[in-house]
Parts: sequence; structure tokens; C-alpha cells
Amino acid sequence: MSGAPADASTVIIGAGIVGNGLAWHLAQLGETGIVLVDKGPLPNPGGSTGHASNFLFPFEHSRMMLSLTADSVVQYKALGVFTESGGIEVARTETRMQELRRKVSTARAWGVDCHLLSPEDIKKLVPYVNDELIVGGLSFPTTGVVDSLRAGTIMRERAQAIGALEVVGNVEVQGIDVVDGRVRAVRTDTGTIRTERVVVCCGVWSPRIARMAGAHIPLTPAVHQMVSVGPIGLFAGTEGEISYPIIRDVDTFMYERQHGADMEVGSYAHRPILVEPDDIPSIAESALSPTEMPFTSEDFDPQLADALDLMPELLGDEAAGVRYAINGLISLTPDGHPILGPSPEVGGLWSAAASWIKEAPGIARAVAEWMVAGRPELDVHEADLARFHPHQRTRAHVASRAREAFNKTYGIVHPSEQWVEGRGARRSPVHARTEALGAVYFETAGWERPQWYASNEALVDRYAERIVTRPAEWDARWYSPIVEAEHLAMRDGAGLVDLGAFCVFDVSGPGALAALERIAVARLDVPVGRVVYTPFLDEAGGMRADLTVMRLGTSSFRVVTGAGVGMLDRQWLLDHLDRDGSAQLADVTSGWATIGLWGPRARDVLSAVCAEDLSHAGFPYGTCRVIEVGDSEVLASRISYVGELGWELYVPAEAATALWDRLAGAGAPHGLVPVGIGVYGTTARIEKGYRSFGHDLTPEYTLCEAGLERRAVKHTDFVGRTAHLAERSRPPAARLCTLALDYTGTDPGSRRYPLGQEAILTEDGEPLVDAKGRRSYVTSAGAGPSVGSHLLLAYLPPSASVTGTRLVVECMGERYPVRVVVEGNGAVFDPTNQRMRS
Amino acid sequence: MRVLVGIKRVPAVGGRIVLSADGTAIDTRFLGSTTGPHEECAVEEAVRLVAARGGESVVVTLGPPESEEQLRYALSIGIDRAVLLETAGQEVGPRATAAELVGAIRDLEGNGGPFDLVMFGNEAPDSGDFQVGVRVAEALARPCVTGVKALEVGDGEVVARRDGGRGMEIYRVATPAVVTVREGLNLPRYPSLPGRLGAKRKPLERRTVEPGADGLRSVGLRLPDPDGRGAVSLGSGAEAAPAVVELLDELGLLAR
Repeated sequence: MSGAPADASTVIIGAGIVGNGLAWHLAQLGETGIVLVDKGPLPNPGGSTGHASNFLFPFEHSRMMLSLTADSVVQYKALGVFTESGGIEVARTETRMQELRRKVSTARAWGVDCHLLSPEDIKKLVPYVNDELIVGGLSFPTTGVVDSLRAGTIMRERAQAIGALEVVGNVEVQGIDVVDGRVRAVRTDTGTIRTERVVVCCGVWSPRIARMAGAHIPLTPAVHQMVSVGPIGLFAGTEGEISYPIIRDVDTFMYERQHGADMEVGSYAHRPILVEPDDIPSIAESALSPTEMPFTSEDFDPQLADALDLMPELLGDEAAGVRYAINGLISLTPDGHPILGPSPEVGGLWSAAASWIKEAPGIARAVAEWMVAGRPELDVHEADLARFHPHQRTRAHVASRAREAFNKTYGIVHPSEQWVEGRGARRSPVHARTEALGAVYFETAGWERPQWYASNEALVDRYAERIVTRPAEWDARWYSPIVEAEHLAMRDGAGLVDLGAFCVFDVSGPGALAALERIAVARLDVPVGRVVYTPFLDEAGGMRADLTVMRLGTSSFRVVTGAGVGMLDRQWLLDHLDRDGSAQLADVTSGWATIGLWGPRARDVLSAVCAEDLSHAGFPYGTCRVIEVGDSEVLASRISYVGELGWELYVPAEAATALWDRLAGAGAPHGLVPVGIGVYGTTARIEKGYRSFGHDLTPEYTLCEAGLERRAVKHTDFVGRTAHLAERSRPPAARLCTLALDYTGTDPGSRRYPLGQEAILTEDGEPLVDAKGRRSYVTSAGAGPSVGSHLLLAYLPPSASVTGTRLVVECMGERYPVRVVVEGNGAVFDPTNQRMRS
Repeated sequence: MRVLVGIKRVPAVGGRIVLSADGTAIDTRFLGSTTGPHEECAVEEAVRLVAARGGESVVVTLGPPESEEQLRYALSIGIDRAVLLETAGQEVGPRATAAELVGAIRDLEGNGGPFDLVMFGNEAPDSGDFQVGVRVAEALARPCVTGVKALEVGDGEVVARRDGGRGMEIYRVATPAVVTVREGLNLPRYPSLPGRLGAKRKPLERRTVEPGADGLRSVGLRLPDPDGRGAVSLGSGAEAAPAVVELLDELGLLAR
């Protein structure tokens, strides 16, 4: 055994596909002095890479995951370890066929090759499938299998060959030394390695290793059962590893994949079986490997009948036996995404964990770029380790979500589907009030947010002729016509919105202004009392955040952002504040409640409980100041995400209920109704063309493409300024436009209402591809009750981004006419913003 | 013909065995369970014999309720039915085990006729007592061949072969008989999927037993030196004798 070296530029812990890939990508980017350690023997140290079924379907509903897989396929092909087999998802039910048609539409939007198959088509491709059991299928011809152990070995050895990497196998990491919040060394059983940078690529062991440094990597090991049945008579004459397309029997949550003479049958149908990271047996104690735990047949046997039904002759072969059966360990995370990037808790500690084989090389590349260049080329913000709110890092939360998510692996998951378990982690100070109003809660970052209110049921009758009834169950699922009624009531009178989930950060200190000016695109050297909307860019000009900043004093600012991205925005700010402490960030989210009050009667309502001058001249749009409401001091900010006159009212959490009650009481004569996030986050904002970060705004599109560039660029330097200036000198490759479904003259019973991610095509059904190769798809969708049509946002190439252009949206396999109603940034409702500025 | 196979549920240990905190048992929290390789061959042989000659195969075990898993595995291979002599999970020594098995065999034979062949693994896969087969044969007054590596069944007799010191020993014994077999007797099959599914529907009878005290009782387990340095050569051949005597004396095993 060779001992650990004394120094390393980077220590990578874990020699699975991710750790090996990361070593290679770092080496390719010019890094040297990298050390890769693993407790196990190489090339298969006993982690999840060693027992993976190693197949890659090219499609995911998550654009990030799809992109990572696409990059991984390119890399596996370049390494010579990819075999294209084709893959078919078979449907046993009409409900599943609808899901497959949904996939076709999104796949078309994102350029993935796929087509629907009849049972007869499937029988021709896979003769051992019982076609009487299925109603159809979806073929992904570019599906393939890889040799992930070989891929890892090649990448590791290449990095060694160019002298960038030293590999130390059979070495156990016993500790990570942290001094002043930064990694200093990795202690192993053969010596201590001094280093400033450690990457945890330990799969199911990652939480344990991160804890050595006092940090969290919130994943849990979970069992995925797989058996291998053989020798299969039919496979005797086939050459190589695989000759038939992989079958995903998605209705039974199983897959069947030829592997040489055997058929591997895997299941996501069994009960969720979670394992504590500390309970994984050691290599020496394991009968097979630590991540191939003893098979529990009682969990798997109920699924055997399903597999036999689908492939009765092939799997019913009495001469073929179950030769290998494992409870294989995989990593599950609370939101199903990998965990990548620098730890917000310990400087120099990185994570590249919770990867499947299908995205591992892509993840390795992204993390390497992130480490070397500060930014991965692919947008992986949804996988950023910094995304977790504190409660989301707890074992209880991770386990609860993993347990619930496991059986959804092949499930049909509605885009608005809510979690059942682990709810109620965070409640707004006015929760008791919203609950009494019959709020239907949707969760964001643990917060229970009223999506709509049962108490507004009666409004549906009042606005019946302006509210759309969605005939398709899918379109109406997790939705209520009450949302549209609340929307119209707010636009007619006023709405009261519980915005308790906002993340609120106070940035203060003598260096606060200078620091924020370097981060924000908009000018923040504004008079005290001004409210500024601003994007943040990265160095390449990609969108990193969009939020509002209030200047509360000469050297104090309040930054307000959404809960979903709040932790990422917080980290971005922290990373860009000066290290000298001249500007400090305080997360005051828990101290403040936010109540929104908007609508043409908002001023009347607020005036009824506040004696101050709230006139347009006395309290102009885009300003904020402290006002007295009863016995509370309230920070009122006159801005709007719904396109109406009104305020965001910030009040100490303990005074929130009193403020809510005062406003609700004063509002009754003015038609004030409680309004949910269905209006705030979707219907009202989409009528105004307001962009939503993560959907319409991502690092993949630029500020100009999103239509958020200002008339002039501020003169002081800010992150991304150079890239932004260069971008402004060219016409945008695409523009984010508002489109409206055109249902004039169509049968109301046949109308569909897209929910997002559907393809936007030309009237001839051709994809719209911009000069950067990006295809047009729906980034946001929602009802526009005030304008009488269903609205979509989509980036369109110049040829199509012209008001009046007729296009189609493909929804569940059918095409529906749409029209561009706003080119670029603008509102279809009240385009001149009269309401907000009245 | 009628064949009975006796098996035992034991932990499927990996490379290194971990003991429970009190040192009296193997820590099985993260281990699966299995039977021994000898027993797998006995099960396989029973299935083959009945497949070739007709009749019925029965598998029996004495152990905790979870032993159903091992019985179902035998059923998935092709055994016709199973009997679980269910204990509360306590340790049961070979004498008490044999006594319970004999009672069960007599009972089963009273209902369905004698078993032409009762088969066991050569020794218990965990405790290695080498006793249960012999004790059952003795109690039933049937001939017993141990260490069997090949078996031929004729009318009213079986021919069993086993390794002798310098060659093959061949025994011809009249049935009903008892044999204990060794790994290598055959190559056990893996269960097919229909076999596994069918095993769930095959009859499995549970009988609660309360085995009596046994002469043999384990007081603790100790792991061998992990480095393998536990073995020291005392020499070879006759020259080693003085060293052996000296060691036995040292251990206090020689009467004075």
C-alpha cells in the first residue's frame, strides 16, 4: 500500500464514476497536484458505480438533468464505452399514454429524438413483450448502455498519464481538518494530506464524509432492488452486451434490460427502504460490496408477477434462474436533484454527489469548470448545494422526501404536484388567519403558502362568464377556478396576499453600497427610500438572480427575493461581499412578515388604517418608507408584481396578525379579498409579462434576450458588465415574448391549457431554433382572466418574435394555435402601467 | 419416492464477521440469511430425485419464524412443501434439534408414509456440529452415510459415495435411509421466476416447538486473529510430537 502524499492542490474523495471524471476534467483544465483517494480497491471500490445497471435514457422532465445526460452521452461515446440499444417506455394504461404524449411535446421542445409506438410496433422491436398487455409506447432510439467502471478507469488513468493526478487506493479518510472555517487537510489512515480544497464524491457515504468537516450534504442512501435472470435462451445467439431495446415498464415502476445472457429486472415499486449512512457495512464486512446489500425477496416478489406478465416466455423460462439479486444502494435527495458545488458551511469543501450514471460525466465536467472558472457552462443552479434552507438539510426532511419520492421515480408527476409528507415546516405569522379562510396550501422551501382560498368560492359565480373551465383533468389538477376569481376580484377591488415566504436580507455597513453596486445590474446609488428591481449577472452575462433592493439608509439596504431561490441569492451575495467585513449580510427572513395589498382600491384600504399621505405624489411608485398603521410601524414599499396600485408591507412577525386583521377589517367595504399565490405568482404576473427566475430567467439566456436590459448601462463596474456590453452590441438571438392561445371558434370541450415546457412550433409544425441552437418552448404558462386568454411566455427567434405572428403549441400530442401578443418585455394587460402609477 | 431435506437458517456473512456487543452472537443487522452450500446440494438432489422418479419432496427446518425465507427458497427450487418447526429464536443445540426433527418426521410419516430418504447437509453451516443427521438416523434406527458426494437411488436401496482417505468409499444401504451430503454432490440451480412465484403458493406448515435443554451450549464467540497469525506451525511428522505434548501440557489438557 502506498501512503497518502503530504500535499495536494485538491483532494478528491471517492473513485466512482464522478470522482474519476472530476479528476480528468480538472486535469484537462490545467489543474495539477490532484490526489484521488478511496477506501476501496480499484477499479471497483465498492460504491454505487459498481452495481449500476448503466443505462441512459436521453429524456427527463428536468431540463438540467436532460442537459447533464446529453453531455454525459457525448463523453461516454468519446471514451468508447457507449453502446446504443434504443429504449422504449411501454404504457399499460391510457393515462400513461397521455404522459408519454406529454414527454413527446417536451422532448420536441428540447431536441430529443423520440416517437410513439403502437403495441404492434413494439412487438416487432422487442418480440418477447406481451403486446396484449400494453396500449402503446414511446421509443427513445438514442438510449444506450455504458461501461461506467471502464469509463472511470480510462479518465483516471489519463489524468495520471499527464502527471496531474496521484491515486491512492485502500486509504480510509478519518477526518477533515477545518481551521477558521476553511479546509486545511485530509487525515487518512496512512497520513495527513495538506490541502485547501476537498471534493466529496462519495455517493451514499457523502453525508458522513461532509460531517467530518462539520458540513451537510443532504442525501440519503436508499435501496433500489435489482435481479439478474439467466441464462435466457433467446439471448444465446446475440452478440455483445445488448441486442434489444431496454424496456421501461413504467406503469409497474420496473425496467428490463438485457445484459449479455441475462435480463436485469429493476424495480422502483417496492417500499422505500432508506439506510443511515453510518449503517452501511464496511468493505470487509460485506458479502458482495457495501452498496450491494442483502436482497430482501419479500419486497421484490410482489413485482415479479408484473415482470412475468410483460415477458411471459422470456422470464418464464424454467431454465433461467435468478443468478444475482441485490438491494443496491443509490443516493436520494429531497428534491431529486444532485448536490453540487461549494459548501456554504465550510470554505474549500465541495460536493459532487447524488449522481446517477446517466449524468455523472456531465456533473464531473460541470463541477470541474465551476472549480476552475467559477462557473459551469451548463446551468446547474437547481443542483447547487447552497440551495438548501436549513430545515431541508435535516435528516428528518431528507428521509421524508426521499421516502415519498422513491415510488415517483417512474411516476406521472404533475408539474404542480405537492408533497404529502414533511409539510408544515415553516408557517407564516398569519397562518392561523389564512387557515381560517380555507387556504389551500402549496409548499415552497418549507413555507406553507396559500395558493387560493376556499372562502372565495362565491366569487367563482360572480365572475362565472370570465372564468375558464378546463375540460381536461390534467389541466385542472392542482388548480382551481377560484384562482381566476381572486384575480378578477383583485383587479376590481383589492387583494390581500400573504407573502411570508419572502427571503429578506439586510446588507449594511460602510461598504454596503459599493459591494451591492458591484453585484447588481441596476444602479443602487439612489436616494434613501427608493426601491430598485435588479438582476444579478455572472461574469459571462448569464442571469443569476432577479430581486428587489430597498435603500433604507445611506449604508443599509434590504434585499428581498423569493423563497425558492433565496438561499442561492444569499450565497451569491455572500460570495461577492468584500472579505474585509465592511458590508455585512443578515438574514432577517424570520423576523419579518410581508403582506401584499394591491388593487385599484388598495389606497382606500390602507388610508382607512393609516393617517399618512398615501397619495401618488405623497408616496410615489418605486419608493418605500416606514408608516404607522395602528400601533405598528410598517415598512411600506410601493411596488407590484401583479400590475396594480399597492404596497408590500413589512411588519415585525409578532405584529403581523394585528396588521392583517386591521387591513381585512378596513378592506371589507372596498371589496378586499384574500388572494393566493396562484394569482400573485402566475395569473397576474403573466398578464404583466413579469419574468420568473428559474422558469423564464436562467443563466442559459441573457438579460437582453429576457428583455430586461436598461436603456443605459451604469458606468460603475458590476459582475457581468463586460459580457453584457458585448451582448448589447448584437441583436438578441431570441426574445422572451408573450403568446396567447387562440381558441376562437373551437369547441370548448376540446381545449387544452398548457402548463409549461411544451414545444412552440411554426404553423407547419417545424421547431423554432435560434442562432444559438436553442429551441422555443413554454417557459411559463397561466390563465389571463383579465385579457380573456391563456397566456404563455417563450423565447422566440427573431423571425417569430413579432407581434401577431401565428404559431402553434404542442400539448399532449395535439397542436393548438397561438399568437404572439407582446414581442419582448411588455404587458398584455395595462401595457402602459397606468394602474400601478395611479 | 418420498424425500425429506433438513436445512438451517444462518447469517450470510461477508469477509469479516462482526460480533454482537456482548460477544455471544454474530451481528446480523446488515446481513442477509442463507443456508449452507451442503444444504443447497441436498435440496437440489431431492428435487432431481423426485423429478426423475416421482413422489414428493419436503423441506423442514427448526428455527425462528423468519426461517420461512429459506423454506420458500427451497420451494422455489422445486421442493413440494415445507414444514417450519418454529422456535422463539433461541439457540437450539444439535441433540434437541435432532429430537424435534425425529418427532416431526414420525408425525409426517404417520400421515404420508415413510421417507425413503432423509437428507441433511454434512454439518451445520454455522456451528459445524456434524451431529443432527447421525442423531436422527440413530433415533429412527435407519442406516446413515455421512459426507456423501454422489448418490444413486435404486429400488429399495441407495448407493452413496464419499471420499475416503485414499479413495472413494461406496455404501449400498437399504431405504429408508439417512444421508448427509457435501458440496459438490451436484450443481444447485438458481430459482426461476416462475419458481419464485410458485413458491409463494406452495404449502408451508408451521408447528410451534419448544425444544428441551441440550447438552451443548455456546457461551461466547471469539474472532480469529484477523492477520491469520493465530496459526503457528509446531513442525511436521513425528518430530512435531514433543512440541504438541508441550503445548497440550501448557494448556492444562493433560492429566497428571
